[in-house]
Amino acid sequence: MANAAVFRTCPATGLKIHRPAEALIKANAVTAVVFLAVGGFFGLLVALTRWPAVHLLPADWFYLALTAHGLDVLLVWIIFFEIAILYFASAILLNSRLAAPKLAWVGFALMLAGAVITNVAVLQGGSSVMFTSYVPMKAAPHFYLGVILFAVGALIGCGIFFGTLVIARQERTYKGSIPLVTFGALTAAIIAVFTIASGAIILIPTLLWSIGLVSYIDPLMYKTVWWAMGHSSQQINVSAHVAVWYAIAAIVVGAKPLSEKVSRMAFLMYILFLQLASAHHLLVEPGISSEWKIFNTSYAMYLAVLGSMIHGMTVPGSIEAAQRKKGYTNGLFGWLAKAPWSNPAFAGMFMSLVLFGFLGGISGVVLGTEQINLIMHNTLYVPGHFHATVVAGTTLAFMAVTYLLVPLIFQRELVLKKVAQWQPYVFAVGVSGISLFMMGAGTLGVARRHWDIGFADSLLSFDYPATAFLMMGLNGLAAILAALGGLMYIVVVVGSILFGKRIGEQPAERPAPVPTEAAAVGAYGSAETLSIPGTVVLVGVFFTAFVLYYFVNWKYLSEVWPLQ
Amino acid sequence: MAISPPSQRIWWKEPIPKTELVWIIIAFLWGLVMFFMMIYWHIAGEQNLSNEAYRTTPEAFTEKTQAMVAQYTVRDEVGFPVVAPPPGSDVYLIARLWQFWPILEFKKDQTYRLHISSLDWQHGFSLQPVNINLQIHPGYEMVVTLTPDKAGEYSVVCNEFCGIGHHTMIGKIYVTE
Amino acid sequence: MSDTENPGVESSQADDGNEPIPFWQNVLDNPFLLLFLGVTIPTVLYVIWGVMEIVTIPLAK
Repeated sequence: MANAAVFRTCPATGLKIHRPAEALIKANAVTAVVFLAVGGFFGLLVALTRWPAVHLLPADWFYLALTAHGLDVLLVWIIFFEIAILYFASAILLNSRLAAPKLAWVGFALMLAGAVITNVAVLQGGSSVMFTSYVPMKAAPHFYLGVILFAVGALIGCGIFFGTLVIARQERTYKGSIPLVTFGALTAAIIAVFTIASGAIILIPTLLWSIGLVSYIDPLMYKTVWWAMGHSSQQINVSAHVAVWYAIAAIVVGAKPLSEKVSRMAFLMYILFLQLASAHHLLVEPGISSEWKIFNTSYAMYLAVLGSMIHGMTVPGSIEAAQRKKGYTNGLFGWLAKAPWSNPAFAGMFMSLVLFGFLGGISGVVLGTEQINLIMHNTLYVPGHFHATVVAGTTLAFMAVTYLLVPLIFQRELVLKKVAQWQPYVFAVGVSGISLFMMGAGTLGVARRHWDIGFADSLLSFDYPATAFLMMGLNGLAAILAALGGLMYIVVVVGSILFGKRIGEQPAERPAPVPTEAAAVGAYGSAETLSIPGTVVLVGVFFTAFVLYYFVNWKYLSEVWPLQ
Repeated sequence: MAISPPSQRIWWKEPIPKTELVWIIIAFLWGLVMFFMMIYWHIAGEQNLSNEAYRTTPEAFTEKTQAMVAQYTVRDEVGFPVVAPPPGSDVYLIARLWQFWPILEFKKDQTYRLHISSLDWQHGFSLQPVNINLQIHPGYEMVVTLTPDKAGEYSVVCNEFCGIGHHTMIGKIYVTE
Repeated sequence: MSDTENPGVESSQADDGNEPIPFWQNVLDNPFLLLFLGVTIPTVLYVIWGVMEIVTIPLAK
């Protein structure tokens, strides 16, 4: 094994930390946060423009800002942070060295170069083609080149992750099976490989087309394969943030999965079927059969949704079990009331779980129902849905875990603890508003990616209902709140990294003690003595909401013009 | 702990807590309900896509549309022909930068075979305030058989981003008694 | 790996360290098998099936 000097032991958790891995985690996480700031800023501009009373940007700048917003937060912020998570879940959690750190730096450099090149292309103004860049609309060649470089860099990151799994097993740095969180990260990495391969298949010919070497790209073919990348990249997020939920629940309250088997099988459902949901974007497309649409949009009979519903019970269930073992057994929800709500890591994680399930999960399944998609496709309902999954779900979970990574990896105490404490709440309320108001506007038919729903410059006129304008205004207000939450996060994180009090180090090669919280809970899960009535109630409420909302939308559908 | 390896060497045989098992069964059955609901709606529901579509070219599609416009135009509105094709017939609607052409006039409760295609980029067909949304591709002709069931003035809003004039792209469909 | 500590021995049933690992646990412990499945299944069911649908769209009359 590598010599001791390249490892240190974390005084708080006893985890053995490989310094080159730590440096890579820092670099990827910091870059992620920078792009979150940039992309979030563009997002605020977009929301303020869509607020009819404000209508901030002119049309060309609006479409530019929207393209930049999508790229920087949906792709760059999230994938950089996910690479940090992959390195953490492999090297750190397995007490191992990271495979090929030099190559990992090459990957990092490619991703950074790609992200910068694409941003430059967008800011130059000739590539306002949206995140999706549907052909035959053409962007500048370096727009595609940047995305391809970014993807290659991310693929290297996945390779490093798999390499580290192999090394850790060979060098026996852990016993038995990999931890559940690492298994979740593995799920994310597997989906990432499919995602990036699909991206390469479609973007490389598109790059050649943009410089004139290929004469024609079929738009339907492009869209089908592009979404194998575009939607699957969001499934990387789902897997990664579920892994983060388990990690935070374990670290903060000492929760242990109710059953390893069930949680891992739920991740297996993701590995096998989650990517099929790329079909959500092709439900009202010409010429693709309903058999293909129904099978793929339902993730093979909703088996991946089954996976999510399992996580949705086992994560709060494991928290409840852990809390009850600590003696918080009052009534149905005493365990929840006594949870560490002032710890931003816990608060962020729990709100991410609830919002992802109630807002993002339910709306996603409804939106992805073949026929119901007819009344929602390309309306604001779609961004309403994915702001609940990617922002309230993934971004909030990643913010939450940052509050643990700062002391663990950056070895700094948090500054502005009060601000940190409030941050998840401000952000969660803002983002919930964004998703709800956009979904509301979408239900009223308001188009997404649209500069002027008043149609002032059109020959023909049309007015959306007044409620739709109200929704867009409320969406603007919610966006300001979310932006404030985002700013609080960035101030706390950057401030802590630069000015936080240093946390002392201990020499490496000390035997790693079991984290204290975990010891208190005991080695076994919660299976034998387990009773989780509070979670059962929560899950019951969720299920009722799900069923009602699902059928309400069938009712809405049945009221539109008959068509076959 | 989820961040450390499972404490048992063989965790596969660990019993599943009963509440968890019940939830898995409920969630699985609910998934089946949702899956078969889509199939059921194809049989019993009135809002389905036939997936009838053809490969076409901008020239061929323009030609067919112009033939229809030449035959059935009833009046002119801000430069757009208003076309009232007979019930049951094939109706063509062009999407292009940045208009829907021509304006259509349907009769209530009559059925029409609407063909839509784009001459340039992708567009969105968002019929408001009914709220039916379809994707329009260049090179593909999508056929939708629809039956307007309420008279009135409807707008077709483009809801797929198609460049700087995207937000001005609206079409009209009239439904008369 | 065959070494075992069994910290949770109080409720583990008959795990003497020699019992063979169950099939499904082996599957879940094999990242490259999972990688293969996770890439192949969507490639076949989503990409290849989808592309076949598109190339078989007939020409307009």
